[in-house]
Amino acid sequence: MTATGPSEEPLGVLPSASDGEVDLEALGLKEEDLRELYRLMALTRRADLEATALQRQGELAVYPPLIGQEAAQVGSAFALRESDWIFPSYRELGAALVRGVGLVEYLHFYRATWHGGTYDAREHRFGYVSVPVGSQILHAVGYAMGARLDGDPLVALTYFGDGATSEGDFHEGCNFAAVFRAPVIFFCQNNQWAISVPVSAQTVAPIWKKAEAYGFPGVCVDGNDVLAVYLATREAAARAREDGTPTLIEAVTYRLGPHSTADDASRYQPGEEVESWKARDPLVRYRAWLEGTGLADQTFLDEVEGEAKSFAAEMRSGVIGSDPRPVEEMFRWVFEDVPPHLARQRNEALRFAAEAGDPEVKTRRA
Amino acid sequence: MVKALNEALRRSLSEDDRTLVLGEDVGVLGGVFRVTDGLQAEFGDKRVFDTPLAEAAIAGVSLGLALAGWRPVAEMQFDGFSYPALDQVISHVAKYRYRSRGRQTVPIVIRIPFAGGIGAAEHHSESPEAYYAHTAGLKVVAPSTPIDAYDLLRASIADPDPVIFFEPKSRYWSKEEGDLDGASALPIGKARVLREGSDCTVIAYGAMVARSLAAAHAAAARGTELEVLDLRTLVPLDLDALAASVRRTGRAVVVHEAPLTAGFGAEVVARLMEDAFDYLEAPVLRVTGYDTPYPPATIESHYLPSVERILDAVDRVTNY
Repeated sequence: MTATGPSEEPLGVLPSASDGEVDLEALGLKEEDLRELYRLMALTRRADLEATALQRQGELAVYPPLIGQEAAQVGSAFALRESDWIFPSYRELGAALVRGVGLVEYLHFYRATWHGGTYDAREHRFGYVSVPVGSQILHAVGYAMGARLDGDPLVALTYFGDGATSEGDFHEGCNFAAVFRAPVIFFCQNNQWAISVPVSAQTVAPIWKKAEAYGFPGVCVDGNDVLAVYLATREAAARAREDGTPTLIEAVTYRLGPHSTADDASRYQPGEEVESWKARDPLVRYRAWLEGTGLADQTFLDEVEGEAKSFAAEMRSGVIGSDPRPVEEMFRWVFEDVPPHLARQRNEALRFAAEAGDPEVKTRRA
Repeated sequence: MVKALNEALRRSLSEDDRTLVLGEDVGVLGGVFRVTDGLQAEFGDKRVFDTPLAEAAIAGVSLGLALAGWRPVAEMQFDGFSYPALDQVISHVAKYRYRSRGRQTVPIVIRIPFAGGIGAAEHHSESPEAYYAHTAGLKVVAPSTPIDAYDLLRASIADPDPVIFFEPKSRYWSKEEGDLDGASALPIGKARVLREGSDCTVIAYGAMVARSLAAAHAAAARGTELEVLDLRTLVPLDLDALAASVRRTGRAVVVHEAPLTAGFGAEVVARLMEDAFDYLEAPVLRVTGYDTPYPPATIESHYLPSVERILDAVDRVTNY
């Protein structure tokens, strides 16, 4: 079983029927890994829905739901080693979860507590949320170039969407990675929509095919098939580690939610299209296969359900219980030291904040 | 100045093996101005390397390299070609320390040969310093003399924060005697009085410092003593030196090549209003490029602040 080689049909591993055969040996995953993939997807689904609800309740400023893209994120992040880096865009809560990033700390970006959230990117080798579309691609390439200079056999994976493939940073990043043999996985979650613009209006050539022009492999994979995503990413990582060959992976998936909670997707996504993709829900599909093959029984599924519920509840209480940062932090990390012109401004802000009430104890909801 | 910059890069590469030099034509060619001449031969093509022709990627990849623990010194070939990199510089390079709550700094130096007066074609004579000075999180440096260029580039490479380093092209071939790493070296963020005078302070940076000194020389022949203050660093601006000089002279003229409106001179004037208003004997004037695109080189001498225009402004503030 291999994910390489050009193909007009996206690579799939999961059979369409729940009793079909999967070559588990070739996949190289143990039974507990197969269950772990489900657990991670289920936690992601529940956390994502909870985050959307938190936004609706005014606890987050905005949130970009990833519902429908759980397999693409979990399968790819799971295929990496702990030492590998991930440079995400802004819709990768699922990959963050796989990396063990505390989701309350991650959601501080969307609660507008702090740009970048409050976690330490280095601890999880998971970069900060990057909003300018496609801009994080270059950071992954630079990081991978730096690792290669050090002889460090790590891989940098960067997530972006179909819309980002129109940005110059994507093309420059692909070209640099090829020229410098930077061990990068360009992971495109083609969720069919860039806000309201469909992929057909974004680009004419298939996304995965663009890799050929840069001189490295491009792979198209069924993004709603977690095992196919895992396989394609693992093979891309092996190539990158071997000799710095980059890979462009196009994971064909679908954004079942709005672009963000500020968006109304019903204005442009055809209802029948949404329904057809709901029928390919990556979580439902994988669960059916796990059940059909006997890899997961009801006890396991109930356990996961219970864990997901308490996981989301804990995330909710963590988010709701958090306060804004002190006003002083606005000035603290602009430079290593606070230069004189900024110290003046800080002192003014603190004077007004003190007059308005102690910023340390003033809460968001007050 | 080219040799001083080259020596600064050489010593930084030699002292810290995490320092990298990258950009367009910086390798075999040694840069179109030869600032990186011989560095690839000496330090190898892993530490001094040519990139594909893509400025946004040069900036964005430098950020990634910095996250991986390297200290990249990137060259933008010309001022007018630096704009594709602005998104990476403004959206990420300037904000990374802040976003990471101080956990991850990006010690990148972006060298930009800037400004005019060299008879060049369109896009080769621009002064974009205000764009960078307006962006929080960037230090902005613009030396005026060879030894200062050396000192400031060394300091910029050693600095933990990203530095936009403007090299005045028309001074690239200027010469100066003195010791490198000498006792006269001033850090980033300190201005320097290059000539003392009691009648009016002329404030400049980059190539306009030499022009201001020429004006001071001419003024002295007419009995007017100008103090020339070389800012050296636009961010962080040396507020104390600025106020101290103008409090002594009571008058000031600010000179730069960039256009007038929202140019860095406006910032200097506003600072003087805040910190030296009670000492001012006359309004502070600006002598700058005009609010036009940089003109064709055959008429650029009419655009650039001249000795005559500086003296005219000096006359107006001293006769106020």
